[in-house]
Amino acid sequence: MLSKKNKEALFNPLSKDNPVLVQILGICSTLAVTVKLEPAIVMGISVIAVLAFSNVIISLIRNTIPSTIRIIVQLVVVAALVIIVQQFLVAFNYEVSKQLSVFIGLIITNCILMGRLEAFALTNKPWPSFLDGIGNGLGYTIILVVVAFFRELLGSGTVLGFKVIPQWCYDHGYEDNGLMILPPMALITVACIVWFHRARNTELQETN
Amino acid sequence: MNKNSNTYQILYAAVMVVLVGAMLAFIYMALKPRQEQNIANDKRNQILSAIHQATANESEIPATYQKFVVKDLCVDAKGAVVDSAAGCAFNVDMKKNMKLPEAERKLPVLVCDVEGQTKYVIPVYGAGLWGPIWGYVAVNDDGNTIFGAYFSHESETPGLGARIADADFQDQFKDKVLYKEGAFKNVTVVKKGQTPNDGSDYVDAISGATITSRGVGAMMQQCMAAYDPFFKSIQSRTE
Repeated sequence: MLSKKNKEALFNPLSKDNPVLVQILGICSTLAVTVKLEPAIVMGISVIAVLAFSNVIISLIRNTIPSTIRIIVQLVVVAALVIIVQQFLVAFNYEVSKQLSVFIGLIITNCILMGRLEAFALTNKPWPSFLDGIGNGLGYTIILVVVAFFRELLGSGTVLGFKVIPQWCYDHGYEDNGLMILPPMALITVACIVWFHRARNTELQETN
Repeated sequence: MNKNSNTYQILYAAVMVVLVGAMLAFIYMALKPRQEQNIANDKRNQILSAIHQATANESEIPATYQKFVVKDLCVDAKGAVVDSAAGCAFNVDMKKNMKLPEAERKLPVLVCDVEGQTKYVIPVYGAGLWGPIWGYVAVNDDGNTIFGAYFSHESETPGLGARIADADFQDQFKDKVLYKEGAFKNVTVVKKGQTPNDGSDYVDAISGATITSRGVGAMMQQCMAAYDPFFKSIQSRTE
C-alpha cells in the first residue's frame, strides 16, 4: 500500500516539494481566501477533494485519452469536480460559499491542479495518483491554514471566530492591525514562511 | 485503435461531455431544494438585518423571522393594499419587478413587530458600479423615520464599493427622515462634508466609491419614492 515511492508521493509535497512554498503555485487563492481561518480550511478541503479525485479519474482513463486533446479532457474533469464542490457548498454551507464566492470556481485555474494532472496522473497508476493528490492538497492546505491563522489573529484578534486577544490588551492600547486583512500582508506572510522554510532546508536554497 | 484519429477524438470528446453533463444535471437537481432553502434563509436574514435582528446561527433564522415579520403586504402605486397573502411580499423577485413599468409594479412591504413597535421593511434594488446592489430599508410606524437599513451587492469593488455592506455605512441611515415639511425628499448620499441643496437628510458617501454611493442614493430615490402614497396613508393614520 505504502511503498517508498508512494510515501514520497504523499509526504514530499508537505515540505520538501511543497506546491506553495517551493513551486510557488496557487499563490492567487492563498492571498485571497486567508483573511479568516474557516474559509481557508474549507478552501483547503475543497482543493484536496478536487485534486485527489481528478488525479484518480485522469489516471484511470490515462490510456484512453488522445494526447492531442488531453488538456481539454483534464479541464473538463477538473471543472466538473469544481462545480460539484460548489453545488455541495451552496447546499450545505451557504455562509462559507458566500465568503469563498468566486474562489471555488477559480480552483479550476489553480496551477497546482493542472500541474499535478500533467506531471503525475497522466503517467501513474490510480493509487499513487490519489496519494499524490492528497499530499499536494495537504501541502497547499497547511500553508493556507498557517497564513490564515496569523492574518485572523493579528488582523481581527480572533481564531476561528473566537476572541483570543483579551479585552485587557485593547484597554491598554492594543489595536488589531487592519493591514493584515488586506492582500499585500498575505503576500508578505507567505514570503516570511518561504524564508523560514528555506532557512531550515538548506538544500532548497538556490546558488547563484 | 488509433488514438489520434479524428473519429476517435471527436467520439471521445462527445461521450465525455454527455457523461459529465448528465452527472452535473443530476447533482444539480438533487441538491436544488436544499440550495433554495439556504438562499431563502439568507434573504430572511438580510431582512432581519434591516430591523437589527439578524442572527449568526443559520438554524435560528426561520424562527426569528417568524417572530419578527408578522405580515406580508403588497401595495400598488396608489398606496392601496392589493395582496396580503403570506409570503406575497417575500416572494417578489425585485430584479423582475423593477423591469416592469411603474404602474404595474407590485410594491412589497414586510410588516415587522419589534418590541411592540411596527416597522415597515421595504426592499430596494438598483445598480452599482459592476453589478446589481440591493437592500432592505426599515421605516418606523410614523411612515417617515428610517429605523435601519441593510445593503448588499453582487460584485462591487472590495474595500471600496463593497463597503456599502458594512455596518458603519448602513448605521448612518438610522433616524434619518424621508419627508421634509410633508414632501418626499429621500435620504441623499453625498460626499463627506457636503450637504444636499434640497434640504433633505443625508449620509456620507464612501470615499473612492462615487458610483456605488450614487447608486445607493438613486436606488433609494427610485424605490422609496414609489411608496409615497403608502407612507402618506400611514402618516395620516398616526396623526
